[in-house]
Amino acid sequence: MNTTTQKGMFGKEYAWRGIAVLCGLFVIALTLVIGAFLIYKGSDTFLKFGHTLWEFLGSAKWHPVDSAEGGGAAGALIFITGSLVTCGLALLIATPFALGSAIFMTEISARFGEKFYRPVVEIFAGIPSVVYGWVGLTVLVPFIRNVFDRQVGHSILAAGIVLAVMIFPTITSVSADAILAVPDACRKAAYGLGSTRWQTIRHIVIPAAAPGIISGIILGLARAFGEALAVSMVIGQTTALPKSIFSTTKTLTTEIASQMGNAMEGGELKSALWSMALLLFLVSLLFITLIHYFTNKGKAKAEGGKA
Amino acid sequence: MLKTKFEIEHLNLHYGSFHALKNISMKIPANEITAFIGPSGCGKSTFLKTLNRMNDLEENVTIDGTVRMDEKDIYSEMDAITLRHDVGMVFQQPNPFPKSVYDNVAYGPRIFGIRKKSQLDEIVERSLRQAAIWNELKDRLKKSALGLSGGQQQRLCIARTLAIQPKVILMDEPTSALDPISTSKIEDLAMELKKDYTIIIVTHNMQQAARISDKTAFFLLGEAIEYGKTEDIFARPQDKRTENYITGRFG
Repeated sequence: MNTTTQKGMFGKEYAWRGIAVLCGLFVIALTLVIGAFLIYKGSDTFLKFGHTLWEFLGSAKWHPVDSAEGGGAAGALIFITGSLVTCGLALLIATPFALGSAIFMTEISARFGEKFYRPVVEIFAGIPSVVYGWVGLTVLVPFIRNVFDRQVGHSILAAGIVLAVMIFPTITSVSADAILAVPDACRKAAYGLGSTRWQTIRHIVIPAAAPGIISGIILGLARAFGEALAVSMVIGQTTALPKSIFSTTKTLTTEIASQMGNAMEGGELKSALWSMALLLFLVSLLFITLIHYFTNKGKAKAEGGKA
Repeated sequence: MLKTKFEIEHLNLHYGSFHALKNISMKIPANEITAFIGPSGCGKSTFLKTLNRMNDLEENVTIDGTVRMDEKDIYSEMDAITLRHDVGMVFQQPNPFPKSVYDNVAYGPRIFGIRKKSQLDEIVERSLRQAAIWNELKDRLKKSALGLSGGQQQRLCIARTLAIQPKVILMDEPTSALDPISTSKIEDLAMELKKDYTIIIVTHNMQQAARISDKTAFFLLGEAIEYGKTEDIFARPQDKRTENYITGRFG
């Protein structure tokens, strides 16, 4: 009797552990396979069509031919610039607001923050990007056109603002968590030394939460970098290097999204698009690596190993 | 004749509807060590925190009565921030900032606007020397304070408090998280510091109160039952409840 129940117990133990391990391995394998597939597809631009890496990253000449013969130009600089500029602008706009909100909802008005503000921020994060894009197109684009007296309101500025609104909740909630994780004993010590609330926030809480806040900013950046739909609705989709924040242009993601359906399988255009997808993959890998770096730094700081 | 540092009259404190301190009146002398003893929950820590208004940070606290420091009402004639510049605090758990040893001690002076490196260096060294920890830490000023032992952290926290040059140091069970050797170092330090500072210490440890304090107050259920010279409290307690507590009949 005793042995049979034990047998059942261990049987379940192994079965569930097996399932958990399988799921884990599957996800790892899937990531590796996607990476390998992107390398396989994306390398055609360089190996089969003979473009250099320098041309791909540094040239703004974008005329890949839609056939397997090749011979066009595959410079993705326009899209790389478009992505960098829109995301940079989005970060510039979103970070101060997000940091301010995170401080407000944790340090200044904690009860209101937890009860109302955080749920609102979470709702923000859950709104589908097409909605953001559409609202941007309907409200923001005409607004920019009228206020700045442009011919069209579609612009990097519009894309940057839409992205800023989209990444704001990510940065806010990750930063708020980082701030909440700062031990209360630190705040008490600061108050005990006669600090004002602002001095405590500025000199103790923010520095202690800095690695987490930076992780939040990178996470927001990663989301902005990967967003295609909302951006494509407001950026004007012009294949040209931007001259100012009022220019229309394209980003890596919007170009892939708009061209992938038209391009011929095995053609130069399709390969160039795959190369851009590979670039996006590598950039997100970089972001994740950075987040891990800062998370570990935060842990080291909390444990006092290194300073 | 000793100068009176704190004069407390008819102090009552409520947490919501809970009456935590009941009509407390006492005079705490300057340049002595005053110990507050009593069982857990008796209000001794709460009372300590009324002296630098740390209770202001908690919600639902109402206070009536007067607390005067150097004849000035700390609740009506001073703001809490300025008060805490004069009344430093050392907490039960060592709570250094997640910064270097140097930055921990320099924190206070810096928020008071001292920026000059030479001046900060001097304050840091002086404070660490006063806290009898300079020799141990002088070669690791740039290392994180979180890497120190508990006893070192607590002495660093004392140094950090000394750096703001307070007049009073409140210690809330400063040795309860420490080993006996670290404890005796903190006790020696407190005895040394009373020349220049008024020290008020809350302790669970009656031997500690007997060893280091000049005056002792015994608290029970929010009341200050007995207050007097330490030797009198321990040798000739007037109140039956004090006697029961110090002879270990409850606690």
